[in-house]
Amino acid sequence: MAAEGKAIDALGQFELSTVLGPIGAAVGFTQSNLHMVIAAGLIVALMVYGMRPAAMVPGRLQSLAEAAYGFIDDMVVAQVGEEGRRFFPFVFTLFMFILFGNMLGLFPYAFTYTSHISLTFTLALMVFVLITAVSIALHGRKFLGYFFPEGAPVWLAPIIIPVEIVSYLSRPISLSIRLFANMVAGHVMLKVFATFVVMLAGLGAIGPFVSIMPLAINVALVGFEVLVAFLQAYVFAILTCIYLHDAVHLH
Amino acid sequence: MVDERDAFSKRLADARAKRGLDRPAGGRGELPSGAWGIGFRAGVEVVSALIVGVGLGLLLDRWLGTWPWLFLVFFVLGAAAGVLNVYRLFNPRFGARKG
Repeated sequence: MAAEGKAIDALGQFELSTVLGPIGAAVGFTQSNLHMVIAAGLIVALMVYGMRPAAMVPGRLQSLAEAAYGFIDDMVVAQVGEEGRRFFPFVFTLFMFILFGNMLGLFPYAFTYTSHISLTFTLALMVFVLITAVSIALHGRKFLGYFFPEGAPVWLAPIIIPVEIVSYLSRPISLSIRLFANMVAGHVMLKVFATFVVMLAGLGAIGPFVSIMPLAINVALVGFEVLVAFLQAYVFAILTCIYLHDAVHLH
Repeated sequence: MVDERDAFSKRLADARAKRGLDRPAGGRGELPSGAWGIGFRAGVEVVSALIVGVGLGLLLDRWLGTWPWLFLVFFVLGAAAGVLNVYRLFNPRFGARKG
């Protein structure tokens, strides 16, 4: 499909189409939603079935579940502090949802829902609303002091305050763009090199030999994408923690 | 006596933990620190601050009918905020006067 008409269709993979036949079409249930449901199901299955034995010496699934739990628990406590524990469910859900979305997207025929800015921005907006609500709830009016660092000369206020506000508002945007851009870039590269394999293979006698090069690149890229998939979920979670720390402690 | 000292150190540790002072060194440095990672993050920070600045400027202009003045002002503010974001990327404790 990609090499049809000797054109590289790198963005077609991000198009949404409805699934589940007429029912899906009626409610606008796309393959993106389907993959979100699958990811949520897999996460729940991992935690429920993984922890069902609750063995002293964990099996494979149980150690995976425990490792994920411990990883995020350590991160939240290290970044936010002891009282940050109450945000653990939120950060853990975010991390697992993004991680599973990124990883699921690497399977053939799968769809990467984190490659849509509508989804990443919604997640980032949830984080943004949460950190704002938490800092207002904890600090009340002192929250406004966030936009004017103590000790700065008062005559600079007309410059500092708008800049700080814009900087604060840019948090959800940078959070969402980072995840979205990484996933899109990775999948476009995979698609482009995969198209090269097909196109070069059609070059007559030498084709099969030349097309090994983009194939080798793609093998390396898939490994790299696994790394990026984990890293971006991690970055999203740790930045959420850093923002939560700022919200709880106001610097 | 010993009891009292222990109680004090416990309270001190609790207070420090509560204030988030006992975070392990390099807590923020755990972010990926490769050259590409830093460069990409810096770029994203600048672009997103500019998006917010330009977006706010355009919205306010449309609301108040002052095109293009607020747009120009907020464009500069967005650029400044972008630079501030990048600065914070490397000096995360900026503006932390009271811990």
